[in-house]
Amino acid sequence: MQKPNEPSDKSRRSFIKTISSGLITTYVAAPNLKLDAQNIRDEFNSFIEAKSDVDFILNGKRIKKKIKTNTTLVELIRDDLGLTGTKIVCNQGECGSCTVLMDNVPVYACHMLAIDANNSNIITIEGLLKQDELSEIQKSFVDNDGLQCGFCTPGQILTAYSLINNNPNLTDEELKVGMSGNICRCGAYPKIIDSIKSILKKNI
Amino acid sequence: MAIKKSKSIFEGEIVEKIGEVSDEKYQLLPENEELLYIGKEINRYDGYEKVSGRAKYTFDIKLPNMVYAKIIRSTFPNALIESIDSSKVKETKGVIEVLTFENTKDINWFSNKSKLFDNHVRYEGDEIACVAAKSERILNEAIRKIKVKYNELGFSTSAEESLGSNAFQIYDSGNIHKGKPDIYERGNIDDAFNSADVIVEGKYSTQVVIHNPTEVHCSVVYWENDKLIIYDSTQGVFEVRKRVAEALAIPPENVRVIKKYMGGGFGSKLEAGKYTVMAALISKKINRPVRIALDRKEMNLAVGNRPDSIQKLKIGFKKDGTILALSHDAKASVGAYPSGGGCSWPLRTIYKCENVKTTDYSAITNTGPIRPFRAPGHVQGIFALEAIIDEAAEKIGMDPLEFRLINYAEKDQVWGAEYTSKLLREAYAKGSEAIMWNRRNKLPGSGKGHIKTGLGMASQIWWGGGGPPAHANIEITKEGKITVYSGTQDLGTGTYTIISQVAAEILEVDIKQIKVVIGDTEITPLGPSSGGSTTAPSIAPAVRDAAEKMKSKLISSAAAIMNVDENKLLYSRGKVTEINGNMVLTINEIIAEINEPKLITKGSREENLKGYITQSFGAQFAEVEVDTLTGYIKVKKIVAAHDIGRTLNRKTLENQFHGGIIQGLGFALMEERLVDSDYGKVLNTNMHDYKMPTMADIPEIEVIIVSKNDPKANNMGVKGIGEPAIIPTAGAIANAVYNAIGVRVKSLPLTPDRVLNALYAS
Repeated sequence: MQKPNEPSDKSRRSFIKTISSGLITTYVAAPNLKLDAQNIRDEFNSFIEAKSDVDFILNGKRIKKKIKTNTTLVELIRDDLGLTGTKIVCNQGECGSCTVLMDNVPVYACHMLAIDANNSNIITIEGLLKQDELSEIQKSFVDNDGLQCGFCTPGQILTAYSLINNNPNLTDEELKVGMSGNICRCGAYPKIIDSIKSILKKNI
Repeated sequence: MAIKKSKSIFEGEIVEKIGEVSDEKYQLLPENEELLYIGKEINRYDGYEKVSGRAKYTFDIKLPNMVYAKIIRSTFPNALIESIDSSKVKETKGVIEVLTFENTKDINWFSNKSKLFDNHVRYEGDEIACVAAKSERILNEAIRKIKVKYNELGFSTSAEESLGSNAFQIYDSGNIHKGKPDIYERGNIDDAFNSADVIVEGKYSTQVVIHNPTEVHCSVVYWENDKLIIYDSTQGVFEVRKRVAEALAIPPENVRVIKKYMGGGFGSKLEAGKYTVMAALISKKINRPVRIALDRKEMNLAVGNRPDSIQKLKIGFKKDGTILALSHDAKASVGAYPSGGGCSWPLRTIYKCENVKTTDYSAITNTGPIRPFRAPGHVQGIFALEAIIDEAAEKIGMDPLEFRLINYAEKDQVWGAEYTSKLLREAYAKGSEAIMWNRRNKLPGSGKGHIKTGLGMASQIWWGGGGPPAHANIEITKEGKITVYSGTQDLGTGTYTIISQVAAEILEVDIKQIKVVIGDTEITPLGPSSGGSTTAPSIAPAVRDAAEKMKSKLISSAAAIMNVDENKLLYSRGKVTEINGNMVLTINEIIAEINEPKLITKGSREENLKGYITQSFGAQFAEVEVDTLTGYIKVKKIVAAHDIGRTLNRKTLENQFHGGIIQGLGFALMEERLVDSDYGKVLNTNMHDYKMPTMADIPEIEVIIVSKNDPKANNMGVKGIGEPAIIPTAGAIANAVYNAIGVRVKSLPLTPDRVLNALYAS
């Protein structure tokens, strides 16, 4: 039991103290950095109010609009453009559910600003469809049951799509490592592997 | 159809429910080889929607004029709130409403232990306020401006602390859930231990793990006059309806709960959340739809976990391996709003033994409340039990499999009931053959070199028999559209798919003709919550009942149309044919002729067979490699051999087994919620620090189903499999690690530091 304000672990508290004085030293050593609280707050407030232009290609269509600068790419895609196939799971670049392709490279859309997509070509899960028809990789995920709840699936498919396109001679190890940035809590991994391999076989 | 009081088992509890049951006795369905759809590799019903990105989950629902809500949570593990100053929050541009205990009526929660908003917060993450604003960004900014004055109290974060003599009393009634341990006893263990030739004792521990389904807990709610509509990511639409109606003191009929797709649950979404009620209150106040979605940190703090365990086991047996006595003494940290966190069930039931005593202490702690997590209790319990069984076998120089066979239970050990079926022996045989059991080290740890290989196994038992009430309706419209309605849920498990398979099989129509509507309290008949591996064995028989009744209805309709006796007609492949004549009518032709807008039949689950108990059984075998220089464990292969009754869909079945095994691997090797006991705060509340298996971590997995059918279980011969899949994995891996290195690591997860400590500490 701990009594409030009387932490049992004194060394820990003193450790924290050490860290704090470390920060103060940095501040004193760099007097030119305007680190006073009001300035930071003003700067922050002006940043969250700031607007910028975005201009990129999304699923073959040009997107050009003014948005709040701090909008993440996934917020723009889901909230402003209504494409909810891209999911948010961790919202901090840890799980891959928000994966989209940026110039054919998988990126975490929760972890980048929308303005950083400027001048690029972005593809979301909806972009793999031809009208209502599934692409080959999507079909393969259905045929091989490469999903369970389906929430991480769009991210899995886009990462897989990019892996296959960038390296048709993918080894088993490259496949596993390449896909390991996309967490599937249901554990559909073995069938995701089957879904990808059956495409690789077809391409050979 | 009749109203009956019928029995079923839900996670160890005998449940008696009064409800409608089917009286019909149907012929045994032929084996899967002779069937059209059942047991076949049918693609997932909702595959297209999910891979195309078009499936709308609760998380994706956006309604006109909708606002967003977020919960402000306690930052302390135990404190009284002196005051809340939310003025700065309210002043934030875009904030619409703030609810706290000061402006909300008391709504009891957690069995009256707490309120919707309580001025006493008992864990880091307990709810303090709920804020609504125009956007989530505004919310995230605004909630930081809350000023809460806490009066900190003492606290405990683990069972050991909480049950210690100096522990702070979290409740006046003490720190043990229900005031005393849960004790189970049969026979006389003292006498039995005295007469045993050999006694083995051991202490094992397991860690707290978090469900972490990908879709966060979320609801979108709105009111239409007095009626509340809720989209919820839930495992039980009827359960949410009941609880929310109760909380808001409105009739359940005034609440509609809808769930079409959900991003996993694993038990954490079995009960209604406070967040749904908060959203409903705000929605009522401002008359706009409200969306409330937890974030990943909240998911790791506040929506449940598998409790940890400290387990002391003792086994007494004869030289020939016959078990005489088993005892189990366990402690679990069950969180601030407790429910039972026992883990002794496997030891009570799986082996033949007349003398058993188990003592489970559920210790109240100032941490997030536990919730059922995929086979609650069994995952922890089997790890410890199967370890001590291996130790016992080794003590008398017996093969661990042989030891298990000597103590094979032919009957249920707790209630004395007969099993509807039990093929665990077959699972042992097929599983050990597939892993090539004879390759195991006869002397554990005797392999050459620093990378050592080992084999291990563990067994599994679980209920998963389901029961009534569970309903399904079938409707055929004038256009010939066939729709099955059932108030069940698909968690990603494949419920949609199996319902369509059963309906198509019985009606003998193309499966593409079947539409399935589930998870909507307004338009679907009652279905049970999806937990306890009871969905398939409860719902599939109800669907069969409805489909068989539809066949009868089609025959009687055709008889009326043809003017012949019903007995002269036969139903086959979507057509009614006259036995001795040429008259044939298709479903569409029948529907066109009758003066009804549609044909509807109601199907229900039949009662469970009296005197019998349905249990699923299985065994998993693991092959591991342990690097004795780094302590790193690589699981090479898992063979899962199980008795699950009839397979409904080989694809979704295999997939669910993979999922259970991979979660079991996470439990065995890496997952662990870490709490700073000095501050009462959780250290790893994100998916980076809370380690879950990725594709790079998974072994080769082979799934072997040893059963064909369990005709005594229900009219489809099905048992549940969601939970059986995870139960033996960690035990099998831990036993394989021992076989590889010759030293037993008795605490999970088997991280490299624990392995190295076990290897070199002595």
